[in-house]
Amino acid sequence: MKTSKIILLLSVSLLGLSLCILASLAFGARFISFNEVIDILIHSRRTTINEIVVHERIPRTVFGIMAGAALGVSGALMQAITRNPIADPSILGVNTGASLFVVGGIAFFRISTPGEYILFASIGAAITAVFVYGIGSMGQGGATPIKLALAGAATSAALSSLVSAIILPRTDVMNAVRFWQVGSISGATWEGIVTVLPFLIVGVVLGLLSTPALDALAMGDDIATGLGVRTGVVRLVGALAGVLLCGATTALAGPIGFVGLMVPHTMRLICGPNLRWVIPMSAIGGAILLILSDVLGRLIGSPSELEAGIVTAFIGAPILIIIAMRSKVRAL
Amino acid sequence: MMEEKLKINNVKEGYRQRRFRWLTVTLLLALLTLVLCVSLLLFGNTRYPLDTVIRVLLGEQVQGATFAIGTLRLPRMLSGLLVGIAFGMAGSTFQTILRNPLASPDVIGITAGSSVGAMICILVLKLSGTVVSIVAVISGLLVASLIYALSKIGSFSGGKLILVGIGIQAMLNAVISFLLLRASQYDVPAAYRWLSGSLNGMQMANIPSLLIVLVVFGSIVILLGRHLKILELGEQSAITLGVKTDLVRLLLVLSAVFLIAFATSVTGPIAFVAFLAGPIATKLVGTGAPNEFPAGLVGAILVLGADLIGQFAFNTRFPVGVITGILGAPYLLILLIRMNQRGGSV
Repeated sequence: MKTSKIILLLSVSLLGLSLCILASLAFGARFISFNEVIDILIHSRRTTINEIVVHERIPRTVFGIMAGAALGVSGALMQAITRNPIADPSILGVNTGASLFVVGGIAFFRISTPGEYILFASIGAAITAVFVYGIGSMGQGGATPIKLALAGAATSAALSSLVSAIILPRTDVMNAVRFWQVGSISGATWEGIVTVLPFLIVGVVLGLLSTPALDALAMGDDIATGLGVRTGVVRLVGALAGVLLCGATTALAGPIGFVGLMVPHTMRLICGPNLRWVIPMSAIGGAILLILSDVLGRLIGSPSELEAGIVTAFIGAPILIIIAMRSKVRAL
Repeated sequence: MMEEKLKINNVKEGYRQRRFRWLTVTLLLALLTLVLCVSLLLFGNTRYPLDTVIRVLLGEQVQGATFAIGTLRLPRMLSGLLVGIAFGMAGSTFQTILRNPLASPDVIGITAGSSVGAMICILVLKLSGTVVSIVAVISGLLVASLIYALSKIGSFSGGKLILVGIGIQAMLNAVISFLLLRASQYDVPAAYRWLSGSLNGMQMANIPSLLIVLVVFGSIVILLGRHLKILELGEQSAITLGVKTDLVRLLLVLSAVFLIAFATSVTGPIAFVAFLAGPIATKLVGTGAPNEFPAGLVGAILVLGADLIGQFAFNTRFPVGVITGILGAPYLLILLIRMNQRGGSV
């Protein structure tokens, strides 16, 4: 890509992100005008209702940026590693795997702190991802989209009955889980953000480090090996980063699907297949999408609100369907 | 000449053997179903001897037993039986049409379609009984036709239909989670129970309509089974052999959707029954033999057997769907692995 195009793209997307952040602070059960929001942010007073409301909306906005970026990068990494256009945490069944471990943790080990949630969710996510990908890539042709999707859907179904078996006899757990099972960023706290931040930083750094090698991998394993890339190690590091990012996010926000599917796709359309650009752009795009979904959920669901995870499912599933319809029958 | 005659005799002999195997297997399956049905009537909080059960079934009034068997156990057993047959037949029909053992209605979103309709009725509109069934059937049909219509854009392929179905299912699941989230805490356990598939609280009033649906659409599926076998050879071969593929497929899909949606509306989606029945039946009767009816029996055995386990094997009573889900998971994995190793048509 030319430098001028990169600068243009970056400035446009960052401008878009700032607008989304402003909207996230302004819209909700109580509307506060953009001018007032900026004014409040500059002076950081907390006396009038409007000022308090804006400050209340800051943690969820910050967490929205982080979670969206993490999911976008995670999707881009998974798609690159699997060389598969529909690899996404929700399709690979990773979200259900994380759910099962968190539910099991709540029921049997009485976990309650964000750190414990992250640990359990990440382990569950990692095991499920490896498992589904392993099954989906057996046999002829490796992991074709359809094999992967079916393996993910079937595994999800199996894991959800285990989730039911755990929660049905326990009404207290049922209520805790009910609120966690719909992905949402509305419950974000500074404590949670601080806990999840190190995991996300490690994930992003690992992801960025493996980018050049993953780009080589896109040309095929043979060529990549010829270029001196250790394909096994690269896949492992990339997968670790991807699972860490989506596991940590899922632990706090609950399962938010399709961000990791849509954003990298769009970014590849805009800036080409080069991961050096796709990954950072997916981070920005993911943040924009998640915050926008959250704001949209607040507007549609007013006076209450619609969870961001539901909004992303409704935007994302049609995109998956379009991808399915456009892909050639042979490729399936 | 002699050689040719010998060949024909061999073919005839093979046909007779397959026919014999089919009959034996089907009879054995029917026998097993019967045993399970009877034991579901015998066992419970109180155990009744067989002659008491028979007397109650013949309409005699027996202190205590009439209520326990006639009002509680009989409807539970009958609905388990009918629903199991419906799930099994519908599942195997879908798997044959899409030529993919993984493409059962519960994997590609049709069950989820019925569930959404029923959940809206139960949680939002506070309805129960026949209305719920009707809405579940309609929403199942709508979702199925939506999936079919979307996958027909361009050129139809089973693979496309599966991917589209999984996408639609993701949306429907979001709706279900949303409904659960908004439901009052009081309704949630019941909703969860329904969502995991349960035979609790079945009433005699459900049985006649279930039976009618099963007889009507079940016979369509069985009668068209011959064409289904030809469809399995592939679109082109079927057309050459004089099968009206579009019509047959439409009729079969409609019947299967009716079966699955109606059964779902009564008990909730019982995990993996639709998915497992077909492959198990094929394994038993051998490939090439008509497997819709045996698949129905296998479905019934799965549901009834899982209900026995769910009621009596643990301290807590688990709904039948949880048991089928957990028992089905390992089999599913074996199936996935085997299928992918073979390369198959996936």
